[in-house]
Amino acid sequence: MQTEKAPWEIQRKAVVKAEEETNPRYGHRPEERPIQEHVRFGVINLDKPAGPSSHEVTAWIKRILKIGRAGHGGTLEA
Amino acid sequence: MTGVLPIALEEATKAVQALLHSGKEYVCVMGLHAETPEDRIKTVLEEFQGTIYQRPPVRASVKRRLRTRRIYHLDLLEADGRNVLFRVDCEAGTYIRKLCYDLGEALGCGAHMRELRRTRAGPFIEGKGLTTLHEVSHLYGLWQDTQDENVLRKFIAPMEKALELLPKVYIRDSAVDALCHGAHLAAPGVLSLDTGIETNDTVAVFTQKGEAVALAKALAPTEQILKMNHGFVARSQRVLMPRGVYPKAWRGSL
Repeated sequence: MQTEKAPWEIQRKAVVKAEEETNPRYGHRPEERPIQEHVRFGVINLDKPAGPSSHEVTAWIKRILKIGRAGHGGTLEA
Repeated sequence: MTGVLPIALEEATKAVQALLHSGKEYVCVMGLHAETPEDRIKTVLEEFQGTIYQRPPVRASVKRRLRTRRIYHLDLLEADGRNVLFRVDCEAGTYIRKLCYDLGEALGCGAHMRELRRTRAGPFIEGKGLTTLHEVSHLYGLWQDTQDENVLRKFIAPMEKALELLPKVYIRDSAVDALCHGAHLAAPGVLSLDTGIETNDTVAVFTQKGEAVALAKALAPTEQILKMNHGFVARSQRVLMPRGVYPKAWRGSL
């Protein structure tokens, strides 16, 4: 039987092409972003409750966090 | 339907397209329309592993034409009378309601979906960092009262989390701002990359600090990119980083 690995079962390895240092003056490691930036570039792993649509839940998140924009990754409506 | 629903905030909404095509895992209760022996259920579930044909249900958000979907795993967890609990790992866009119906047809007795919970959407899983709406509301209040950043960091992950399963390309500081302005990725900018990249694969381009710069489409496989000294190696699809975070290091045309 033809089975295929799920995307999260694929093992990847990085190979180096060239070496160079990064300048600490620019940017931040993602987990060290200043908090305002952390929220603007943030994702929530939300446990959707039964009842409301994915769309409605997304709108609630916007209201709770008082932010302008939010989007969900993959509607949860079987 | 309950479970894993990743929600991207503000600028991170640009990164969610990476999740739309990512695999999903569900736990489902299926109701059979007649008592069926467990070994028979097991056999039929196994037959549905691999590539299946599926016509989207009447109430669907896509065109209702027959299409193929991959079922990576389909495991029976429990069978009790007419109720069957199973776990399924599947490609994005697989309709579980329809899968239940089709399983019922294959079993001969008919079946329907009773309950569904998503336990994975790409890199986001039920067992790690899943937060309820109540918790979001409570923790946000706590942050307002205490101004303790760790409260927010506890349930908001960096958008890079959403890109975890994509093949990655790391680039030089000097190549970053060009990409932020929409340029394609040229060979000299590449420092390292994942094995197994094929032409036309979507790749995530990162700085050496691990910040997402853009989503791009590979123009060559890993082995070839490693040998390239000039030319484009990936076509920019979606810029994720704002301009000006890294210094501009390319020469203008004037």
